[in-house]
Amino acid sequence: MAIEALVLHPKDNVATAVRQLESGQSITVKIGVNNIYIDLIHAIPFGHKFALRDIEPGEKIIKYGEVIGQATTRINKGEHVHIHNVEGLRGRGDRQ
Amino acid sequence: MNFTGYRRANGTAGTRNHVLVFPTVICAAATAEMISRAVPGTVVVTHPHGCGHMGIETEHIVRSMSGFCANPNVAGVLLVGLGCELITPNVIAEKLAAYGQRYEVVNIQDEGGTTATIKKGRLLVEKLLKEAAKAVREPIDISELIIGTNCGGSDTFSGLTANPALGNACDRLVAEGGTTILSETPEMIGAEQVLAGRAASESVKKRIYEITSATEALAFKAGVDIRGSEPSPGNIEGGLTTLEEKSLGAVLKGGTTEVKEVVGFAERPSKRGLVIMDGPAHDAVCNTGMIASGAQVIVFTTGRGTPMGSPTVPVIKVATNSRIYRHMKDNMDINAGVILDGTETIESIGERIFEEIVEVASGKATKAEILGHHEFAIHSLGLSV
Repeated sequence: MAIEALVLHPKDNVATAVRQLESGQSITVKIGVNNIYIDLIHAIPFGHKFALRDIEPGEKIIKYGEVIGQATTRINKGEHVHIHNVEGLRGRGDRQ
Repeated sequence: MNFTGYRRANGTAGTRNHVLVFPTVICAAATAEMISRAVPGTVVVTHPHGCGHMGIETEHIVRSMSGFCANPNVAGVLLVGLGCELITPNVIAEKLAAYGQRYEVVNIQDEGGTTATIKKGRLLVEKLLKEAAKAVREPIDISELIIGTNCGGSDTFSGLTANPALGNACDRLVAEGGTTILSETPEMIGAEQVLAGRAASESVKKRIYEITSATEALAFKAGVDIRGSEPSPGNIEGGLTTLEEKSLGAVLKGGTTEVKEVVGFAERPSKRGLVIMDGPAHDAVCNTGMIASGAQVIVFTTGRGTPMGSPTVPVIKVATNSRIYRHMKDNMDINAGVILDGTETIESIGERIFEEIVEVASGKATKAEILGHHEFAIHSLGLSV
């Protein structure tokens, strides 16, 4: 079966869609040797991310096993993860 | 392992054999273009600089110009000036003499106007072309290659396919004793810890944090959220959410070896292996800096697609996804998107990029060269009056 989404590091809490995925779609994501199953809450455009588990407001978003930002709101498993619910922590001149 | 290149009188090795017409000031730009147009087989660049700079900006522009003109892919250069500017051809000529680069000089005010300058310029360029024509390709060890890496029009796949594959190619070149340059300092912010963890010494580690802090401070000074500039609107549309995410994907293109040295913009590395050059993420400016640092081939990964080339250095374009590879096929040399399709791996595409580097270094034309792309830019540090 063709790959639908990629997880880059076991610590990651997001996956990247490698094709257009539809809302309501049930997909299989491989983390190391294990498979996990996610019911998508939103359509996920090609190249965009979705949550692998529930994420609390202020919790760090992890990809490549590193911090890429933090959640600005609660993000449910299977939800689209992007600029509407994640903020960067670097280069924030607006916070100085 | 060898490529076939041009051995220069100063000992460096070129992958191309260009004669360059270079205006040292905007006032000489059109005249330089006219000279180049009159003599087929030459290349020309234009830019808005050369006068009104102050302090470290003057040093920065002089270093960018002279390093670019002294790149081993340039057999000879005609410097075209006006006469009353800050950065005259003589200022650059002095640096080129130190590099051992072949050059000639012509000034518009000395010659007495455009027509006379073109007449003199043509003769000088024809002489440089005749000399360049004598150069023949010969086997040169690939340890003499300096490869510039760049990524522009990134998407989330940049960090999953093309950048790690280019990193794999860089690792292969470094294993052969060659040099690769990783630049675009803004795209190291949020990934410093990854690079610092591979620093060859404490001083290299310190420099990595210094250059990223200095770049991040620009956003602090401006009082803005860097997002929107980095990642760009196109990056965000492609799925990149934050600068940290973009950076973690961007630094993968440098590979996994030790960071040997951090050099300033347009400075020549003193060490072989993976070297970081401090500089902006602007694609054309980044290319200029790496070319001035001595890069004879550039490998450029792109997810959104870009036609970017260079007047003097071949630019190999690597697509991050099969969709953009098919959509902009005339601009793309290699498709790393097949990694997602499951038919190839990061290692197998890394090997292909490495082989392509050697072939292109030996004379194979890239898509950007075939199409005639010759984008060029030098950036200002904002210290002009």
